[in-house]
Amino acid sequence: MQEHIVIIGNGISGVTCARHIRKRSDSKITIISGETEHFFSRTALMYVYMGHMKFEHTKPYEDHFWEKNRIDLVHGFVEDISYGTKTLKIRSGEDVSYDKLVLAVGSKPNKFGWTGQDLPGVQGLYSYQDLELLEQNTHPYGTPENKQRVKRAVIVGGGLIGVELAEMLVTRNIKVTFLVRENKFWGNVLPKGEGELVKRHIIEHHIDLKLESELDVIHAGEDGKVSHIMTKSGERIDCELVGLTAGVSPNVEFLKGGDLALQRGIIINQYFETNQKDVYAIGDCAQFDEPVVGRRNMEQVWYTGRIMGETLAATLCGEKTKYNPGHWFNSAKFFDIEYQTYGWVFANNREGEKSFYWEHEKGKMCMHFVYEGSTGKFLGLNTFGIRMRHEVINDQLNHERSIDYVISHLADANFDPEFYTLHEPEIAAAFNSQTDYKVQLKKKSWKRILRLSK
Amino acid sequence: MKKIQLIAITLFAITMVAFVSSLFISGFQVSSETINSHLDSKGMKSEILKERLLNEVSGVEFSNSFSATGKIRSVFIESNAIHEANVAEHRSNKEWDKSNDERQNIAKGNYRDFAYDLMKPSGNGHVHENKGLWLFLTFGLASIASLIFILINLKVLGPAGIKNTGIYFENNTSKGWIAWVTFSFLVLFYIGLYFFPSVIINWTYIVDPVKDIFGGGGASQWFLYGLLYCTAMSIMGIRMIVKYRHNKYQIVRTISVVFFQVVFAFLLVEILPMFGLPGVDLKNAWPLDYDFLFDWNVTNLLANGHFGKFVFVWGISLSLVIIPVMVYFYGKRWYCSWVCGCGGLAETLGDPYRQHSDKTVKAWKFERYIIHFVLLFAVFMTIWTGYTSYQQVYHPDMDYNDKVTLLGISSDTIRSWYGFLIGSVFSGVIGTGFYPIFGNRVWCRFGCPLAAYMGLVQRFKSRFRITTNGGQCISCGNCSTYCEQGIDVRAYAQKGQNIVRSSCVGCGVCAAVCPRGVLKLENGPEFNRISPDNPIVLGNEAFTLNSDITD
Repeated sequence: MQEHIVIIGNGISGVTCARHIRKRSDSKITIISGETEHFFSRTALMYVYMGHMKFEHTKPYEDHFWEKNRIDLVHGFVEDISYGTKTLKIRSGEDVSYDKLVLAVGSKPNKFGWTGQDLPGVQGLYSYQDLELLEQNTHPYGTPENKQRVKRAVIVGGGLIGVELAEMLVTRNIKVTFLVRENKFWGNVLPKGEGELVKRHIIEHHIDLKLESELDVIHAGEDGKVSHIMTKSGERIDCELVGLTAGVSPNVEFLKGGDLALQRGIIINQYFETNQKDVYAIGDCAQFDEPVVGRRNMEQVWYTGRIMGETLAATLCGEKTKYNPGHWFNSAKFFDIEYQTYGWVFANNREGEKSFYWEHEKGKMCMHFVYEGSTGKFLGLNTFGIRMRHEVINDQLNHERSIDYVISHLADANFDPEFYTLHEPEIAAAFNSQTDYKVQLKKKSWKRILRLSK
Repeated sequence: MKKIQLIAITLFAITMVAFVSSLFISGFQVSSETINSHLDSKGMKSEILKERLLNEVSGVEFSNSFSATGKIRSVFIESNAIHEANVAEHRSNKEWDKSNDERQNIAKGNYRDFAYDLMKPSGNGHVHENKGLWLFLTFGLASIASLIFILINLKVLGPAGIKNTGIYFENNTSKGWIAWVTFSFLVLFYIGLYFFPSVIINWTYIVDPVKDIFGGGGASQWFLYGLLYCTAMSIMGIRMIVKYRHNKYQIVRTISVVFFQVVFAFLLVEILPMFGLPGVDLKNAWPLDYDFLFDWNVTNLLANGHFGKFVFVWGISLSLVIIPVMVYFYGKRWYCSWVCGCGGLAETLGDPYRQHSDKTVKAWKFERYIIHFVLLFAVFMTIWTGYTSYQQVYHPDMDYNDKVTLLGISSDTIRSWYGFLIGSVFSGVIGTGFYPIFGNRVWCRFGCPLAAYMGLVQRFKSRFRITTNGGQCISCGNCSTYCEQGIDVRAYAQKGQNIVRSSCVGCGVCAAVCPRGVLKLENGPEFNRISPDNPIVLGNEAFTLNSDITD
């Protein structure tokens, strides 16, 4: 009989895994999701709220894709898993039995036990349901000021989702107060220069950014809904909406109490194997017992979810493959400013690391290079407002190029649209003046660029 | 600020109402001299036609263009019907001479142009008498109002960046009633322009003062169209630049496309005849310029000395040499979104509707059938009309029927069907009229034979591609949503594949709206331009699928 692979969760991890299983084998594949019937891009929910797109545009595949590729979809929540009999209990549905089970159940917004965190008008932003809730909690686009349901919102937690939520709410003419615990924006990730740049840009968009402010208590008014919050420093802020965006944690509540080994997430080894036979976990919900060298034990970004899905599909189809994600990369957008990162740039240089920071005079672009002080080996790059070519940087990291090589070959790496002003001479000059290097810029070479994709 | 914008938009709406009502509030009185001289100049011999026109049209005060057109129409058709009946009767009586004589009485052409020619010199209402005032009330005020609205957006919309907020909430851009009104207006406008020019004759009066700058003689409906086109493109071009002011590619491209429209498609076409030269649009290339080999065009060019011959040779080299070479180096974008008038209107006036293009695989399949069918149609029509032109030039004395007939098919028939179906209905009524509903590139995507031709070059032999930036795609869908050509850009980007599609016009908006810097339009070596169908996106080192061909 055909092997039945069941995947719980139709996010990027689960769906990528299913697609790659189908490329490699004829196994029966079922994806179960309680969130939505079809896969959508979670990162695009903000654009639906802002009216850039409709929800259907966030679906990367047309609805007929699944049947054509013989991927069965079940829209429902899994309530219980029996690992011994290899069956799943689905709320309001039949039992499903599996030969192999993939848990790709994602995560949910953190709530740190604040008083009032479950009041109406308090919410996170992660799932499709969160988007629906946000629509209910706020007023429609274009509502005149005197009829607005929400005059002011408070966002708690200065990370990527927080800044997205701020951008979203501003489009409904809601005033936003943004509470950030650290003394700079996204302080556990961004170095000082970048944090300052983002901070300025957030303020430019009329966000009331409060650094070193922490939420203490959320209060309800007479109607039972949020009326104001108090910060730990005793400040009262009146608001009708509170956005909790202080990170996410694995969505493993429904798995607790069973035989599956859990800590913060589902414990897996480097082959995504859990402690249960034929049960695997990938994506946001997974926690490596031993992380890949230099990486965190939980990786909760789009790209790692996709890489895990690709990799696990090989294992499930008989080619046992270790998680080997290559060089770290990530990207985001802070209002109008794009951000990309390649390799490792930490909030503070680690021992032996040196960095070179360049910022454009208008303060909306910067580049931050990190390299080994002793050898000059290039370690990583943050770039704001300037696009970089992934393949080129990845290749430079692979070949352990030195920092002067990277700077002199910036033209190869630039990925900005045609006709954009290039800042390479300025960057190189700044680098030469700040360090002992004497870098000369090389012209862009397609030969060098293409050798990578050969 | 927003209040001023509201006032501006209201003012704009009023000017539109004024523009439309100008058709209804200004009348006509056709003089007997106009009738006599027109019949003479056209060699129309019918006494019935003449008499009825003199009795029923001449001296009658028509209150608007509709009633005047209606009257002339019935006289024209009824007169022809009588003559045709007579011809039939003579034939059945085998009175061949009489039948041939009577046949001369049937008026050639159609009543629409006939009515236009009689009415154009005969306007007498408020619009006709106050052309300058109406020019200001419509073109003038509408331009001022739109510019105020657009320039205030510099402040209202905040710092430079992507400005797509509310597109799917705003009435106009999400197929609300404003979109449907705009749709109806555009469709009716094109039907009037192509098929009932006499009905919109008052609009030509409005632009007569502008025509006077170019030697006068009264504006035709085509002059009206050209001026309206240039005005709309210039103003909406400014809007485009304000909207995408953070993106230099969009700024340069928009300036270019507006420049080519205003200078080449309008100013030169008007100015050249002032020096006795044929007024041709030098950038309009066959097969988009489908009448290039029509006999009247060929004979006209060849009769116009060195310049005419230059234009003839230029037209041929443009289509056969310059276009494929340029597409090889830069992709078809150099034409479609940098030079072309149709593309220019789509990129400026049509920009607010770009998201409506259909992205389904079904639409893509349909597109491939229909656009290549139009290309074949254009090629066949050109062979037939080219044959006719050849005979016209080299054997002018040949019998007319022999000149137009090749393999038993008449080139007149083919070209009139092409002109009606493709030239008027597809490119105008559907191509532009349907902007607010089907998106701004319906014609360019499904109908333009030049786009199909360049698409073949772009797909198979070109240095142009949209590069996908390694593994950075988050499948958000902005690129696909805002692709006016209905390309599912994301489908390639999320697989790490470059986008090499024949239909891509290189507008660059996918790369502009991408929130992660994933897409870049560029010209580079052909090597690996079309990425292999590699299942693993960059960033995953667990596989070494391509290791054997690296370094």
